[in-house]
Amino acid sequence: MAIWLTENSKIIVQGMTGSEGTKHTRRMLAAGARVVGGVNARKAGIVHEGLPVFGTVKEAVEQTGADVSVVFVPPAATKAAVKEAIDAEIPLCVVITEGVPVHDTTEFWAYAVEKGGKTRIIGPNCPGIASPGASNAGIIPADITTPGRIGLVSKSGTLTYQLMYELRDIGFSTCVGIGGDPVIGTTHIDALQAFQDDPGTDAIVMIGEIGGDAEERAAAYIEEHVTKPVVAYVAGFTAPEGKTMGHAGAIVSGSAGTAQAKKEALEKVGVRVGRTPSETARLMREVMRSR
Amino acid sequence: MDLFEHQAKELFAEYGIPVPRGIVAHTAEEARAAAEQLTGRVVVKAQVKTGGRGKAGGVKVADDVADAHAKATQILGMDIKGHTVHKVLIEEASQIAEEYYFSFLLDRANRTFLAICSASGGMDIEEVAHTAPEKVAKVPVSPLTGVDRASAREIAKAGGLPEKALDGAAELIEKLWAVFVDEDASLVEVNPMILSADGQVKALDGKVTLDDNATFRQAEHVQYVDKAAEDPLEARAKEKHLNYVKLDGTVGIIGNGAGLVMSTLDVVAYAGEAFPGRPKPANFLDIGGGASAEVMANGLEIILSDPSVKSVFVNVFGGITACDAVANGIVAAFTLLESRGEAVTHPLVVRLDGNNADLGRQILADAALPRVELVDTMDEAAKRAAELATVGA
Repeated sequence: MAIWLTENSKIIVQGMTGSEGTKHTRRMLAAGARVVGGVNARKAGIVHEGLPVFGTVKEAVEQTGADVSVVFVPPAATKAAVKEAIDAEIPLCVVITEGVPVHDTTEFWAYAVEKGGKTRIIGPNCPGIASPGASNAGIIPADITTPGRIGLVSKSGTLTYQLMYELRDIGFSTCVGIGGDPVIGTTHIDALQAFQDDPGTDAIVMIGEIGGDAEERAAAYIEEHVTKPVVAYVAGFTAPEGKTMGHAGAIVSGSAGTAQAKKEALEKVGVRVGRTPSETARLMREVMRSR
Repeated sequence: MDLFEHQAKELFAEYGIPVPRGIVAHTAEEARAAAEQLTGRVVVKAQVKTGGRGKAGGVKVADDVADAHAKATQILGMDIKGHTVHKVLIEEASQIAEEYYFSFLLDRANRTFLAICSASGGMDIEEVAHTAPEKVAKVPVSPLTGVDRASAREIAKAGGLPEKALDGAAELIEKLWAVFVDEDASLVEVNPMILSADGQVKALDGKVTLDDNATFRQAEHVQYVDKAAEDPLEARAKEKHLNYVKLDGTVGIIGNGAGLVMSTLDVVAYAGEAFPGRPKPANFLDIGGGASAEVMANGLEIILSDPSVKSVFVNVFGGITACDAVANGIVAAFTLLESRGEAVTHPLVVRLDGNNADLGRQILADAALPRVELVDTMDEAAKRAAELATVGA
């Protein structure tokens, strides 16, 4: 079992004909994902990587029955691409693109809400979602881990891979990279809720980083609603105030957004927080062993 | 990117927002000349990108031209929360009847925009929000509908502004919204927004943060880059499209992925606690997913040209880019740096994990690069890099 992405998911790629789109379409196919087509208004009708290219998301959905879209278009085109996916009412839209202006993200998020929230958005600036052994939508390397019963949600791509790799012998149900931008579609809380409800997930790894208060809100949610064990890691304890650490959203301003505050909020509700990624993996190992 | 107050006000003026007349001065002499030109009482305001200038003594009223010279002399060169004052804004003094607070900002938690308005401006708004939250109106603004004159008036009313200020405030707020949207700002703040003695609503201060992700459609924003304040290494890294932040330690850090690099800084700082002098990270450097030889060489070059660096920790997780490619990148980087006459002389600790890690390690072992050590885990490698930074001390 998995959340949001299963072996039955049919994936289309917006921006499939670009270099990143092409490369990752190949990788997704190699990982066993059911990629069924691409979208590019200027290249409609051609066949790319053995797959049909459609002019619009709507057309692609009608022709292929796709229920997942992965967006690889450049930042300037991302808002329009996501709105198109929302208009087509595709259930899941995974936005990989990095460097999207926050006004655009805020707008397409508001648009998704206005249209009734039929489309779950993951990202932008994220590695996507992978359900090992079942499917892969985005750029998460499929071959570094195995199917299993741990759920993972993370703001960071490479830290996701690090944990997937360290716990590869135990394996994962689904790994979701939600991205490190100030405004994102799917949050830690959304993933926690889905993992809590997923019979295929026994325990959850949550990876956070400095900036905003998403981890603090996740802690409050865990206290109220999550009965499965949660192990967490927070990056950025030594990040100085006022400097953006790579991700647009990773900035400590004043006393807000510090790693220490996030760790304390999580520990207060019984979440064990690792000091390093490896220690976090060890904590999860203990959790899974004691089951 | 944050703007200086004078830049924010110049931007406001372009949008037709009333601001006091002002002139930027870099020396006390320029301040005197500015005061002469403005005539009458002026305010001398330190231009630094931080709050609390007033409390720190960075804002002073000058009665005449000589006084402006004297006040500018006091303020120029001052240190305000670690920011040195290199310029002051000389501004005509305003006849203030009332002081309000106004801002548009990004509300991360609710994924929307927020207007904050209060009739209790001019002081620490966070303090007001804490002690008297009813005096601070927080109004969500949808990016789909935005703000027009009528909704701007409603916001001003919600903030408790008096009837006599509503029309002026509504006009100002509507124009600030245009700044916020058209300039891709994540914050525009006016504190105080004043009602002058002659009944005009003006922006007496201005704070603007622009979204760096929007530079592709905001070509003119490049003029706001503060080259003087930029760290020279950060400036060089930016030219090479490297995501680099200078820090104050001695262990150079290179990694792939923002989260992993942030984590590496933490792990190195923890490891450093066990060694004399407590070595810490010298920088943040994320070379991204595809670590080609050239990117690796550019990154190493930046780090090695930092005189405070004593050891380097290369921490790579092979995901999309497999470790053999990264190892080849490191080997090629050494060759490339040597050919540029910048041979690597510092100890380098390399940790490769993930896809084709064994192959990558083998490539590095075969290359037998001088002063390169391979360590299996991130925690152990951090310890070794900290140790090497200590030994070299």
